[in-house]
Amino acid sequence: MGLIKKVKKNLSSVFKSIFKKKVARIGIYGPPNAGKTTLANRIIRDWTGDAMGAVSEVPHETRRARRREGVTIESNGSKVTLDIVDTPGLATKIDFHDFMAHGLEEEEAKRRAKEATEGIIEAVKWLEDLDGVILVMDATEDPFTQVNVTVIGNMEARNLPLLIAANKIDLPESSPARIRSAFPQHPMVPISALNGQNIDTLYEEIADHFG
Amino acid sequence: MKRLQTISGDIMIGVQMDLISEDKLSRLTAMEKIRMILDGVKEGKILVLERGLTPSEEAKLIEMTMTEITPDEFAGIEIESYPSKKNQKLLDKLFRKTVIRTRLTVIGPANQLKTLKKDRDLISALVSSQ
Repeated sequence: MGLIKKVKKNLSSVFKSIFKKKVARIGIYGPPNAGKTTLANRIIRDWTGDAMGAVSEVPHETRRARRREGVTIESNGSKVTLDIVDTPGLATKIDFHDFMAHGLEEEEAKRRAKEATEGIIEAVKWLEDLDGVILVMDATEDPFTQVNVTVIGNMEARNLPLLIAANKIDLPESSPARIRSAFPQHPMVPISALNGQNIDTLYEEIADHFG
Repeated sequence: MKRLQTISGDIMIGVQMDLISEDKLSRLTAMEKIRMILDGVKEGKILVLERGLTPSEEAKLIEMTMTEITPDEFAGIEIESYPSKKNQKLLDKLFRKTVIRTRLTVIGPANQLKTLKKDRDLISALVSSQ
């Protein structure tokens, strides 16, 4: 048994060294308003000095996937270069009335709803072209949403690495422990993408899992 | 809400619920399942799938749902399933083969089916008349 494990490990490292991709393409996924673009902005700003996109309290602010190539993250002696894809928030329903509740006029709300549906299709299609996913969950919300279940299921089915970022721990009602107990099979890092709390631990995990 | 005739001949007003067996689902292709779900939900039905969709079918269902959303007519679906389970036998582990075991799934119109509570082994939902 020990021999089989050793042979498998050796073969795996040989294959890795031959076929290892130079740059891993990582998608930032999650439901609307979980903080995906806030996190993408923080990562890009911390490692390139640039920014990714605008953020807003109105859901579906990001309606087109954006890719930033060649972001090199160094942590704890490990170094990884990633293409980071910030995706529109995934959802199973889009009701333009929800945008009107945020103060948008009917015509603008309908236009935004249409763009949001297109953005979701784009996000789903990107799932097929990734080497791994950072799944951003709002730690103040129930983690058992269908979006989370679907993204995790797709990564598990393809044996691709997944890292959960339990975001918004700056809010008193957040409960990263609830996320950990919901999906214990995946690594989880509690963070605040907004104020950078615990972000170094996330970088360590990124370098470890996607390197 | 619909006026429906029961198999005993009574006329009742309510929400139709279709419980679809694992056997029936296994005979359908991915696209047939998705079409059946979307057609049913757009007619206002609540569908309970004995064995749910695979993760890639779920992703495809989300994608297809988005193409069918129209203002004031169809706002999308509410879908709830238990997290799937991985079945990995020793040989599967050796060859890095993953078998995903899907579980019971409830799907309905977004404006009629609302989730009250969900955890690993319980889905509690509210079905409204509209």
